Amino acid sequence: MAMARTVKTLVGWARTAPSRATVLSGDEVTSDVQLAEAVTTAGPRGVIPRGLGRSYGDPAVNAGGLVVDMTSRNRVHSIDAETGLVDVDAGVSLDTLMKVALPFGLWVPVLPGTRQVTIGGAIASDIHGKNHHSHGSFGNHVVAMDLLTGTGEIRRLEPEGPESELFWATVGGIGLTGIILRATVRMTKTETAYFVADTERTANLDETIERFSDGSDEAYDYSSAWFDSISTGPKLGRAALGRGSLARLDELPEKLRRDPLKFDAPQLATLPDVFPNGLANKATFSLIGELYYRKTKNKRGQIQNLTAFYHPLDLFGDWNRAYGSKGFLQYQFIVPLAAEAEFRSIIADIAASGHVSFLNVFKKFGEGNRAPLSFPMPGWNICVDFPIVDGLGRFCRDLDRRVLAMGGRLYTAKDSRTDAATFAAMYPRLDEWRKVRDAADPDGVFASDMSRRLALTS
Amino acid sequence: MIDAVGHPSSLLLLGGTSEIGLAIAERYLADGPVRIVLAGRQSPRLADAAARLERAGGHVETVEFDAKDAAVHTEAVRKAFAGGDIDIAVVAFGLLGDQEKAWQDIDVAVELAEVNYVATVSVGVALAAEFRRQGHGRIVALSSVAGERARRSNFVYGSTKAGMDAFYTGLTEALRGDGIGVTIVRPGFVKTKMTAGMDSAPLATTPEQVAEITVGAVTKGRELVWAPPQFRYVMSVLRHIPRPIFRRLPV
Repeated sequence: MAMARTVKTLVGWARTAPSRATVLSGDEVTSDVQLAEAVTTAGPRGVIPRGLGRSYGDPAVNAGGLVVDMTSRNRVHSIDAETGLVDVDAGVSLDTLMKVALPFGLWVPVLPGTRQVTIGGAIASDIHGKNHHSHGSFGNHVVAMDLLTGTGEIRRLEPEGPESELFWATVGGIGLTGIILRATVRMTKTETAYFVADTERTANLDETIERFSDGSDEAYDYSSAWFDSISTGPKLGRAALGRGSLARLDELPEKLRRDPLKFDAPQLATLPDVFPNGLANKATFSLIGELYYRKTKNKRGQIQNLTAFYHPLDLFGDWNRAYGSKGFLQYQFIVPLAAEAEFRSIIADIAASGHVSFLNVFKKFGEGNRAPLSFPMPGWNICVDFPIVDGLGRFCRDLDRRVLAMGGRLYTAKDSRTDAATFAAMYPRLDEWRKVRDAADPDGVFASDMSRRLALTS
Repeated sequence: MIDAVGHPSSLLLLGGTSEIGLAIAERYLADGPVRIVLAGRQSPRLADAAARLERAGGHVETVEFDAKDAAVHTEAVRKAFAGGDIDIAVVAFGLLGDQEKAWQDIDVAVELAEVNYVATVSVGVALAAEFRRQGHGRIVALSSVAGERARRSNFVYGSTKAGMDAFYTGLTEALRGDGIGVTIVRPGFVKTKMTAGMDSAPLATTPEQVAEITVGAVTKGRELVWAPPQFRYVMSVLRHIPRPIFRRLPV
């Protein structure tokens, strides 16, 4: 019996707030019996599962306690081309799933900005992608899952029926209802691994909002925009839009038709860990932003591979290192469509704030799902990221207040700094979630730095 | 938990009426909500301090703590941690005393040594145990430039701070492997009620300025800071001045 417990300092993807914990890996993770034993004897600081560590803040770290490294539970149990169902371990990454499922004509139904996310993490954060308006979030595509609870039992959860409450508490439940061991996911059928994409530039924020409001979005399965959050004045909110759908076989050029389901996602380089603090500043961001904006042409019907259309950042592995050792902070929020005027003024205030952000994503979301802690709802979704500098905390606190006043909320996979009262006000169904969570984990075994910061568990 | 921008969810002040300690708490409250535990002797002054922080938006609890009674330190610190994690603990208590009495009157000298040295050591041991169990957190120790070189005018006070400073310097290293941080703050002359009536000194500062420097140091994970920062250079010069000259300096 190989036991592997090591004390490690862990951080989220944004490399802030380091936290030491005992990390479990090896047999203690891969054996159901041993993992159940480890969970029920976790001790006073509790336990939390961790996947590939792509959450920006603190949901997958647990100071002084146990962290279960789930990446060794990585078996793909079955793929059914007919039904589109895949049965996979929670530690399987979306990258792996995509590679093994593509030859069967199956596409990962929801892809976030990176494929380096585990199935467990995808469910626990109820991740979304560019197709939220057409396909919803990840939890909508989960048919069943096995959850190891705080009492050491393994429960089979389904979205309807007797176990549906715990199912939906686990979707978006940031690992606090238990450890997802295995899931059955309904994939999207596709003829090719390419997109037919339309790209265009807008000149200002009015045009950007207009493009997402005029109904044209409905013609695409996938849509989002990069927008300029640094330029003030008339250029504010100008955007580079990329919208498209999975290509049908007959839409591909002759050359690509020979191998239409080829996994085509090149990576140029992995960034070394040598970037000084302060490199991420207004001058460099303005320059890169200008280049990115100009590179985008108004062009219709382009055939693009996954990297070009979906994951341009994947050209550079470990890009988070470019922010230096102080790290950065992602601020992602959604506000209802009705809040458009105040939403515009927030964008203007970000541009005027002196806090600079380059990776700005703009997207109009569709309907949310039943999960009490799921982030998406119909509205304007904005994501910006700021290098850590003095005064950023106060600035973000002011943004929190305005987002809340508009009836909006923050995303747990990105948040690393809001407070318990603000979070509770943003998620009015928090108590409903707590009740289901507490019933599944009566001894309060599951805990994370996030659960303590946001007072999520009792 | 201390969040991504350095803001704590909870703060423990040992010496719940310390003006610098309260200024640190207020500085954090200006950036967002904090649960604050004030450890001190139950008194109207402690109640006033709690009310002051509540007005500033804090959720305040108090814990009975007497620096002079080392036998109860472990219990007091344990109680302070009983209501949930403590992210930052500030060792803020201390006495200045009458310096001329202090080197001639045994009782006065021993009281200074017990509060400023013995009690800070005993509290430091108790804090280290709680923080190691908790797995995260930071200790802030309010030291003094007076500990860097003993001066004729306040060497009893200076000697206690020198001992305390050395203890927390060592504790910084002892806790490094556990992910627990220590920040030692060495203020110069701070205008407080403790120094009221005394002549102000060069580079005099205020509790608010010390708080600003402390919070900045904690956020950046720095282990030793001076307040004001120029004292770092002043003291590195003063430490090396020969005694015949040093005793003639107006310090």
